[in-house]
This record gives sequence, C-alpha cells and structure tokens, in this order.
Amino acid sequence: MKRQLPLILVFVFGTLMVIQYFVPHENSETVKGFLLDWIVIIGIFALALGLWSLVQVSVAKINSRKENWEYPLVTLASLVMMMFFGFTAITEGASLWSYFLAITVFLIALWMFLQGFMGQAANRNMKLLSGLGLLIVFSLLAIFDSSWEFKFYTAEGLTNQMFVHFFDYIMIPLQATMFALLAFFITSASYRAFRARNLLATLLLIAALIVMLRFTPGPWGEYLAKTSAWVMNVPNLAAQRAIVIGIGLGIVATALKVILGIERGYMGKG
Amino acid sequence: MNFFSKLMQLDRRWVYLLLVIVCLSAYYADFTVPTIVENETKAIYDFIEALEPGEIIFVAVDYDPSSQAELHPMTYALVEHAFRKDLKVIFTALSQNGPGMVDQALRDLTDSLKLPKTYNGIFYEGKEIVNGVDYTFLGYKPYYAIVITAMGQDYRILFPSDYYGTPLDSIPMMKRVHNYDDISLLVDISSGSITDAWISYGQGKFDFPLALGLTGVMTAQYYPFLQSKQIMGLMGGLLGAAQYEHLADNPGLAKDGMRVQLPAHLLIILFIIIGNVGYLVTRYRERKI
Repeated sequence: MKRQLPLILVFVFGTLMVIQYFVPHENSETVKGFLLDWIVIIGIFALALGLWSLVQVSVAKINSRKENWEYPLVTLASLVMMMFFGFTAITEGASLWSYFLAITVFLIALWMFLQGFMGQAANRNMKLLSGLGLLIVFSLLAIFDSSWEFKFYTAEGLTNQMFVHFFDYIMIPLQATMFALLAFFITSASYRAFRARNLLATLLLIAALIVMLRFTPGPWGEYLAKTSAWVMNVPNLAAQRAIVIGIGLGIVATALKVILGIERGYMGKG
Repeated sequence: MNFFSKLMQLDRRWVYLLLVIVCLSAYYADFTVPTIVENETKAIYDFIEALEPGEIIFVAVDYDPSSQAELHPMTYALVEHAFRKDLKVIFTALSQNGPGMVDQALRDLTDSLKLPKTYNGIFYEGKEIVNGVDYTFLGYKPYYAIVITAMGQDYRILFPSDYYGTPLDSIPMMKRVHNYDDISLLVDISSGSITDAWISYGQGKFDFPLALGLTGVMTAQYYPFLQSKQIMGLMGGLLGAAQYEHLADNPGLAKDGMRVQLPAHLLIILFIIIGNVGYLVTRYRERKI
C-alpha cells in the first residue's frame, strides 16, 4: 500500500488534469482552482521542509568543523537576518543601534537553541536555557523598544531599508559578479576550443562571427545585420523547431510514463 | 615551440588581463555605438506605441540579479515607455529573486518619471507614479507553471493581495481586472525556463499577445515561436534592450552597456581568429612534413 497509494494518486490526478485541460466548463475550472490551492499548500510544506533540511545540514557541518564550516554559519545568519528585516519596520528617524542589538540577541538565541537541539549532548540543557533567556530578552526588546516593530507581510516590512539595502548592495552585486566572471571563461574557452576542425565546425564558426558582428559600426554593419537575420530566421529556426518538437514529444512520453506508473523516479527509488 | 604554436597556447591570464583592459578602456572612453534596429524588437515597440492611455500591459520580471546587466535595461526602457504613454502595468516576479528586481526598477522609474522629458520630439510632463493606480505588483509565488495557469482564470486565486499585502479588490486599477482577457500585452523578461511556461501554459491556452525579452544566449531558441506567431516580438540581450532604447529615444543603461560589450565581443572574435590562424598554419605544416 505504501507504494501503491502514490501511484494511484498520480494516476487519478494526472488523468483528471489532462481531461480538465480540454474541458472549458465552469465545474472543470472549479476543480482546477481547488487543485491549484492544494499545490500551493503542498509547496509551502515543501518550503518548510527545505528550510529545515538547510538548517540541519548547516548545523551538522558547523558542529563537525568540516572544511569551510564558516560558510554555513554565514548562510544561516543571512537567512534569519533577511527574514527578520522583511518582517520588521523601523520607525522613521529612529536610531538603528537598538534594532541591531535586537537582531544580534535573536541570532544568538536561535544559535543556542539549535546547538541545544542538534548539537552534542554535553551542556545541552545549559544551551537551551541560555537560548530561552536570550529569547525573553529579545521579546522584552520587541515589546518596549519603540524604534522598531514587527510587521508581517506588509509594505512597511518589505520596504524596510535594511531589507532593501541587503538586497541592493549585497545580493545584487554578489550574483552579478559571479555571472560576470563567465565573460572571462567564455573568452578563454572560445579562444581555445572554437576551431575550424571540420566543415560543420567551420560553418558554426562563420555563423557565430556573423551574429556577433551584426551590430558593429561601419558600412558592413547593415549587411551583416541582414545576413544575421537570415541565419537566425532560416537555418537556426529550422534546427530549433526540430529540437522543440522533439522535446515536446519527449515530455508527453515522460508524462504518460509517470501517470501510468512506469516511471517511478519521483518516489525516490527509480 | 614556433610562433604559430605559441599563438594557440597563450596563457589564459593574458586573455583575462586583455579583457579587463578592453572593458575598462571602453567604459571610460567617450563614444557611442550605432544601433541597427531588428524587426523583432520594433514589433514590441510599435505594439506598445499603438496602445491607448489606460490600457493594461503585464510585465513578468522573471530574472535574478545574475542577469541584471542584460535584462534590467529592457525592463527600464519598456516600462518607462509604457508609463510615459499613460499605460497601466501589472508586474509579477516568478523567479525567487525577481521581487527585489521589480522593487528596484520601480523605485528608479518613479524617480525618473518625475522629470519632464522629450522623446522622439514629443514632450512628456513629469509625473508621479502611484502604486495601485499606475501599477500593481503581484509579487512572487512558487511553481511558475501553476501560477501562470491559475492567472488565466483569475489573478486572485494565487494573489489575493499584492506584494505589499494590499487586497487586490481594494486596488483601484485591479477592480475590473481579473485575468489575461483584461490585458493588452504580456511581456516576459526572463533568463530561464519560465519563458517556456509562458508560451505553453499562458499564450498557448489563453491566447493573449506575448512578447519576450531574453538573455542573449537564449534568444536563438525562441525564433520558432516568432514565426508561428505565438510570440509577437523578441528582444535579445543587451542589444535588444539598446534597440528598444533607440526606438523610444531614451538612451540609458543598454546603450551605455553596448559601449563595453562591443569592444569585448571584438576582442573575443580577435582571439578566435588568432587561435584559428595558429591551428590552421600548424596543421598545414604538419601535413607538409
């Protein structure tokens, strides 16, 4: 039954959704709306599981002092801090010191709890008690400090300057930098690997040069732009269409295999 | 090792250094790159230009900061054009870090639109862009295929309130807006597979005009949908954004970025040519021996 129930559920709901797609009736739409709600609910549970898994893996790595154990520490601190910033609003003109004090106390309290629950047995009670104490201090700060307050899922929280600044000045530059490094690897790789070894490679090379050069200034710019448009709209389009149709057929085949219980990879055992 | 063999085995650090020098020199040099507009981009511009004030366009910001350099200029150029024409805009962000990108773009555009400007000879007064009146930001929800499908029925199914927590029914511009039937155009600006879902689950089922703004590497994949008229326009990478800025007579981040991208591309081409000259001459000599 443990294996049969998921198979039955997948078959019933998979078939139902396929039929629903082709039935534009009001009742059919109601069923779809109901099932979509369920998907969101399951998604939220998956998110919670993902968070718990991240915390477990990170804490285990920190406790065992494995190589680069400092990084999970940054991950956990960033996770809690961004959530804290997004759910709090700072009073206009208020000093930020008490706000930072509160987040620091909150972070240490959480760390103590995590150490207490997931760390080694030694001093477990001591850590839990310390965490509880710090959480009480944090609660008192939250109640009596008027320079900030909790704002769950509101404009004030999401426009909190700390939340916005952390995204604008840490998240964006970090991700953009990582992606920008790709330019160097592409340059080096194209220099080393892009060789006219045979006819097909030569054709690829010529097509790539035309497309890359299509916006260069000069009398040849417009001619290259026209040639590039032809490359994109004729040979490229034909090849891409074949790929798209192939992928589409592959998706239909895989979906049928999943619905009919032939493909069971989603159950974790292949 | 002879000269041509050396040409093929240049240390990669020299390649990196040259690229840095070229990018920095181009960034600080004062020159402009002429823009040749492609039909795919012009189709989007013309479509938006033909819309009447008050009509609604839907902009799906489906990219993360990693693609910001290529796609943010597209969002800026297109949305500013829409706001100057008094169109209303609904935003969603179906990639995890997308909400931050929309939030940043809206803050910058609100400032920019306060200034009076002249585009293509037409003077536009500066104006205040108001949340809920000029735009609505629905926010992020996971499982983009499901979200796209659900929005075809009603935005309220998965977005009962907007990103800032305001119920959709109390937002003035959303009062009579329920699903894709109420929008004039949907533009997906994306760096990933969300675009496929917009084509399959969105346009394919609900039949609304769809335009795409994509990273340069993705562009070639979507030409079949252009020919089959599933998408009505396509902006590819920084070049596409620069073309839109050129059409809107609003030079900005993309035109500026093109000054760096062009010399960098030329350097890459030069390296490819050097590598191939070395390869072909070496191969010719080896055959001769």
